[in-house]
Amino acid sequence: MLELYLLLAVMLAAALVASETRNLLAAAVALGLVGFSVAIMFILAQAPDLAIVQIVVETLTVVFFTAVILRTTDVDTTVTQGLKMETAMFVAAFLAFGGLFLALIIGVLQEIPRFGEPVMRIAQEYVQLGLERTGAANIVSAIILDFRGYDTLGEATVLFTAVVGVLTVMRLASRKKPGEF
Amino acid sequence: MRGMSLIVQVMTGLLAGILLLYGGYIILHGHLTPGGGFAGGVLVAAALILVSLAFGAVEQVERREYILSSIFESSGGLLFLGLAVAGYLAADYFFRNAGLFYIGRPLELVSGGIIPLANIAIGLKVGAGLFAIFLALGASRFVMKE
Amino acid sequence: MIPYLACVLLFLIGLYVVISKRNLIKIVIGFSLIEYAVNLFFALVGFKKGALAPIITQPEQVRMGVARNFVDPVPQALVLTAIVIGLSTTALMLSLAMRLYEKYKTFDISEIRRLKG
Repeated sequence: MLELYLLLAVMLAAALVASETRNLLAAAVALGLVGFSVAIMFILAQAPDLAIVQIVVETLTVVFFTAVILRTTDVDTTVTQGLKMETAMFVAAFLAFGGLFLALIIGVLQEIPRFGEPVMRIAQEYVQLGLERTGAANIVSAIILDFRGYDTLGEATVLFTAVVGVLTVMRLASRKKPGEF
Repeated sequence: MRGMSLIVQVMTGLLAGILLLYGGYIILHGHLTPGGGFAGGVLVAAALILVSLAFGAVEQVERREYILSSIFESSGGLLFLGLAVAGYLAADYFFRNAGLFYIGRPLELVSGGIIPLANIAIGLKVGAGLFAIFLALGASRFVMKE
Repeated sequence: MIPYLACVLLFLIGLYVVISKRNLIKIVIGFSLIEYAVNLFFALVGFKKGALAPIITQPEQVRMGVARNFVDPVPQALVLTAIVIGLSTTALMLSLAMRLYEKYKTFDISEIRRLKG
């Protein structure tokens, strides 16, 4: 399990870089590093389906960020050099909140099954009957498209809404001439 | 958008077909091996985006690709909904699989009833939808710098 | 326990970015970080020590009881769709940010607020 802990450390460090760097392209690349470490952790957690999706999706995420940043600006003008009083006070307040949140969440995590020993009441039935009832050897496919087909239909609707939203937002102003808003 | 250098274009020509083939393989074998409509659809979109970035296109071609991918996205969604409704009309409930579609023997390519068909529908939907998003975000008429 | 806590820490970093940064692209990055934290948490909840990926390679495996040694497939099925949805919602947020930049020529939300009207 050592590799899992190393990857978690890399992930947290990359997330901090993504939040604090001044160059937006560097932030997008650091976000890609977080996503790829998550992909490797999916493999370690025995989830090859998720790993395949996560690797390709992460690549496309970085491509989308780069497409937007290259068309606009890559300097984060809100990051100022030197420590300001306002920022320091905000960070202190957030650290206090985060500490409280962590203390509460540790209490919650005591209640759920420990890491590495899941309770598989529903899953046991899916695993036993999946091949026989649906003919799919990949149990994850059998769940998303057969046992929980409604769920996937809802997700497909959300995807459709998001795509239509992007197309609408990007189309609205293109009818006007450039320079006229 | 503008294309890239000759080296990139030659490499893209060699790779894009293999990438598309791999995406199709992942979609069609979704019920046997890791993968499925979501993974394969994103791979197909990545292959299309690679070609689009390397070779570039004039605005008319981009507009046509944009319309075509919207049509493919909607038809993928309709196909998935149609599969669900077919179970309702022909049998008694939504997403009816066993008893209505051909289940076949385990671990064969043509088996699993509704699952490969739904994988194809979702692959179409995800691939075309993400390519349409890329075209909308990266199209040449939205260049704002300079 | 420690992997769960790391997920919570990643969630907190994302929350910090969303509520403290004033750059729109940074805020979108914060939402992506939160999404990764939740996805990873789900995948780790289903993990079982020494178990196999939930894919049957021989039809006899179900009868032989190998199927009892699989990781939990239900959280994986939930996350699989959520990853792709996350990409499309990120793209939606990015397109809104791009439109705002086109109108105000800045990503700074305090500037955008001042320039209103």
